[in-house]
Amino acid sequence: MNKLQQAIAMLHEVDSEAGRSGDRSRIHPAARLFVNVLFILLTVSFHKYNMMGLLSMGLYLLITGIWEELSFLKGLKRIRYILFLIALLGMANLFFDRNIIFQFGSMNITGGMISMATLFIKGVFTVYAAYFLLMETGIEGSCAALGSFGIPKGGVTVVLLTYRYLILLLKEVQRMLQAYQLRAPGQKGIHIRAWGSFVGLLLLRTMERGKDVYDSMLLRGYGGEGLWKEAGSRQISSGLSVVYAAAWTLALGALRVFPVFQIAGSLFG
Amino acid sequence: MAEIEVSHLTFSYDGKRDVLSDMSFRIGEGETVGLIGANGTGKSTLLKLLVGLLSDHQGSILADGVKVDKKSLETVRRKIGYVFQDSDSQLFLSTVYEDVAFGPRNYGYSGEEVEKRVMEALGQVHMEEYRDRQIYRLSGGQKKLASIATILSMEPKILLFDEPSIALDPRNRRQLIHILKEMKGLKLIASHDLDLVLDTCQRTILIAGGSIVFDGNTRDILTDEKLLRENGLELPLSLSRST
Ligand SMILES: Nc1ncnc2c1ncn2[C@@H]1O[C@H](COP(=O)(O)OP(=O)(O)OP(=O)(O)O)[C@@H](O)[C@H]1O
Ligand SMILES: [Mg+2]
Repeated sequence: MNKLQQAIAMLHEVDSEAGRSGDRSRIHPAARLFVNVLFILLTVSFHKYNMMGLLSMGLYLLITGIWEELSFLKGLKRIRYILFLIALLGMANLFFDRNIIFQFGSMNITGGMISMATLFIKGVFTVYAAYFLLMETGIEGSCAALGSFGIPKGGVTVVLLTYRYLILLLKEVQRMLQAYQLRAPGQKGIHIRAWGSFVGLLLLRTMERGKDVYDSMLLRGYGGEGLWKEAGSRQISSGLSVVYAAAWTLALGALRVFPVFQIAGSLFG
Repeated sequence: MAEIEVSHLTFSYDGKRDVLSDMSFRIGEGETVGLIGANGTGKSTLLKLLVGLLSDHQGSILADGVKVDKKSLETVRRKIGYVFQDSDSQLFLSTVYEDVAFGPRNYGYSGEEVEKRVMEALGQVHMEEYRDRQIYRLSGGQKKLASIATILSMEPKILLFDEPSIALDPRNRRQLIHILKEMKGLKLIASHDLDLVLDTCQRTILIAGGSIVFDGNTRDILTDEKLLRENGLELPLSLSRST
């Protein structure tokens, strides 16, 4: 399998695994979205040198991952390119912030190093949270949640269609790449001179396809809503959802305010 | 009284060259009609006009007594089901069930009713066992049958098919023919598969150069080698062998 096929297969895999978590699925997607957004906001709000506090937020991901039986490793494989990008961005900190914070043996640890690390961790946590949300509720469920928080339907539809469009785009790239390579044997990749027309054609073709898909939705009574209605006949328990959201709000708040690791350390130390 | 009435229909994509010009015909309730013609003669264009995917035409289109225009789209689309030439355009949700349920859900049916309609539709195309299958794991032919089911679940009075037998192997093609024959309601089938048209349609409309060249008994047109050739078509295999 080449990279492209892998990417397509991965999106399909996420699609098929997502939103099928048995009893746990009785929690309303909105409660999950709320907790995840809260988590992200609190995580991002940590000071750039507060590494320990930040790490304690990871407890949320740890517990969620275990409870939902989501594999961290599989997740890591899926989001690795995004993480790579974040790491690149974080590097800039090395150059801007050269204050020496403390010394580790003979090594000077600068503020830049710490803030690079915290930025990276924030990135990892945020992406993991988003990924978990997707896996917990599925794309349709996530959209339902967005909708129930008053995000305009048009906006939610854009999110959903973008997600679907991504798959179309990748498939189209694959189709065109195959057609190209069959007629340019022994050539690796696409010749630089063909790039312009390749990209242009790709956009046209996916837009055309996108329009057909949208037409077929309209023809089936789609009126800008309901697209992200709950899959199947999922039983939602509002009690459980409220408890879930409330418990995590308290827990995340505590993690944010108290230096949990230090307290734990002083208890045992 | 589900019927289609087209009168003096003229349409152009660019405002310069008419793809369809001054076309008139009427299809009565329960009729199954074939729509044939060489590539680029406007078959798909005509079907899209009928469901209002293309607008700004001249002349009038009545579907089940309702004039097709921007205001009536919702009403019209409840009456007409349209099966796309390319199944990948039709299917966009993750599983077969989800996709077939999409239409009924949009129309606000209860969970039970949706389930019932989905299973009935899948039963009609013999795809029950694929209900929870991921769409991307279906073969081309299975996708075609699934996409037909997405339309059947809405129980439209009028069905439009664009190249329904494309991508089907002989067995699935036979099954499709069987399904088409079983199906009630008005059907308009655009196809290059003249044998399929011969098998399923009493009546056939042949278009060329933007207008109707022939409208009548299927057997009459499909045995008229001269007329077919003049319009870029050939005798169906089943007939060319026997003559
Ligand atoms: N979106 C478009 N914009 C401009 N012209 C178009 C468009 N779609 C189709 N046409 C033109 O309109 C004419 C009719 O096309 P149409 O797709 O309806 O033909 P068809 O009978 O369905 O052909 P086929 O048998 O190949 O499916 C063709 O000449 C085509 O080039
Ligand atoms: Mg066509």
